[in-house]
Amino acid sequence: MSGTQDATHFEDLPLEALPLDAWHRAKGARMVGFAGYHMPIQYEGIMAEHSWTREHAGLFDVSHMGQLTFSGEGVDAALEHILPSDIKGLKPFRQRYSMLLNEEGGILDDLMVSRLGDNAFDGAAIYMVVNGATKYDDIGWMIDYLPDDVVMNHMADQALLALQGPEAGEALAALIPETADMVFMQSGPFVWRGIPLWISRSGYTGEDGFEISIPADDVTLLADALCALPQVKPIGLGARNSLRLEAGLPLYGHDLSPAVSTIGADLGFAIQKRRREEGGFIGHARVMKELADGPGARRVGLTIEGRLPAREGATIHVGNTQVGEVTSGGFAPSVGAPIAMGWVSLPHSAEGTALEIEVRGKRIVAVVAPMPFVPHRYRRKA
Amino acid sequence: MSRYFTDEHEWIDVEGEIATVGITDYAQEQLGDIVFVELPAEGTTFEKGDDAAVVESVKAASDVYAPISGEVVEANGALEDEPALVNSDAEEDGWFFKLRIADTSELEGLMTEAAYKKFVASL
Repeated sequence: MSGTQDATHFEDLPLEALPLDAWHRAKGARMVGFAGYHMPIQYEGIMAEHSWTREHAGLFDVSHMGQLTFSGEGVDAALEHILPSDIKGLKPFRQRYSMLLNEEGGILDDLMVSRLGDNAFDGAAIYMVVNGATKYDDIGWMIDYLPDDVVMNHMADQALLALQGPEAGEALAALIPETADMVFMQSGPFVWRGIPLWISRSGYTGEDGFEISIPADDVTLLADALCALPQVKPIGLGARNSLRLEAGLPLYGHDLSPAVSTIGADLGFAIQKRRREEGGFIGHARVMKELADGPGARRVGLTIEGRLPAREGATIHVGNTQVGEVTSGGFAPSVGAPIAMGWVSLPHSAEGTALEIEVRGKRIVAVVAPMPFVPHRYRRKA
Repeated sequence: MSRYFTDEHEWIDVEGEIATVGITDYAQEQLGDIVFVELPAEGTTFEKGDDAAVVESVKAASDVYAPISGEVVEANGALEDEPALVNSDAEEDGWFFKLRIADTSELEGLMTEAAYKKFVASL
């Protein structure tokens, strides 16, 4: 496995089937190629699935994502070298958002990292979920940068489901009552019908919800049991994208890339105070420089006048000067209007700044807006 | 009135020298939820195959081509307020624009409804 591959290498390879492939097709999914897999883009329609998730609970198959564990002597210190986040202070059953940075501080991937208890995933110490399109590059990178004492295991035979929406809590509690007490970014091991699960209360829609890791051989059973509940319907990648865009959450490979930095991306919250002060992670110099001097450009939200959506690649202007580019955009079903996320040079990135986006030779008016576009509804500690 | 179809999934109703153009039910089904339709201005002239309109669905933007040459005499203003008309009634109320036909011989290369159905079934 080489550390120099990029996401485009999937184009040369045949698409692989996920463990739920036949299940998706039986549910009427329209399948597309994504991250090297056949994946469901939609079942009954993106708008209906989007609204269902905001009002009830949607089940997403995210088994394309990379699930990794880490164990061995000095694992925390080793991970603090490759991640800018506080790993030593990460308590058991807690999860944190983090990212892999290159030497120049560019973002190689964004990810979730959590500390396992003693009896999950063969007693490993740390569990990590990385993006599907980047997982092999991430693994190659980490092999190069982790010491030999640390064992990394890619759990390729583990599936991952996300259950998201205001009714996700009551739906999952119907199968696994012990999950009812969990709060946002908490995780832990559970057993359902004798099957070991690792569940975290988190997600990618801005709603309350869970991500459930389960052996691939058992995932059809769980997907059926969840979709048999009145609150739950299967939801495709299309709605996953519109939901996360409304939630202001960046999509790797679009809003984030090796060309951009953590501070510019407004993801500085992932780098805790101790890590900023002490450093000792790859990419620290860029973080400190941008904290002191400001980044060259920032990831911002954009509200758009009218109904014409501005999509990825559309250029952003002030008069005759290009000041940025749209990196994600489309119609936002819960907002009822087009919205976008983009990168804009620092002087033009303040909230309320009026900009113009060029779409097919026409200029449309956009205003830098606070994110999320739709308020987060996570279940936080009372 | 006769109705023709193209392999770009458009329908064309011809009445005298005026052709009404829209996208087929199969096309709207493939596009998914339509959120915006960009229509040509009255008076615009197209050669057959020119970009004539753009359909924005939740997923993506798709071009609609002029199926024959002609001058736009009317665009369907109802789509401005209700682009979802294309989903709910693609082959009637969801029409896009009307053209004054420049060259009736171009109609000869288009498909009949039966031929179009066969074409869709082969996809």
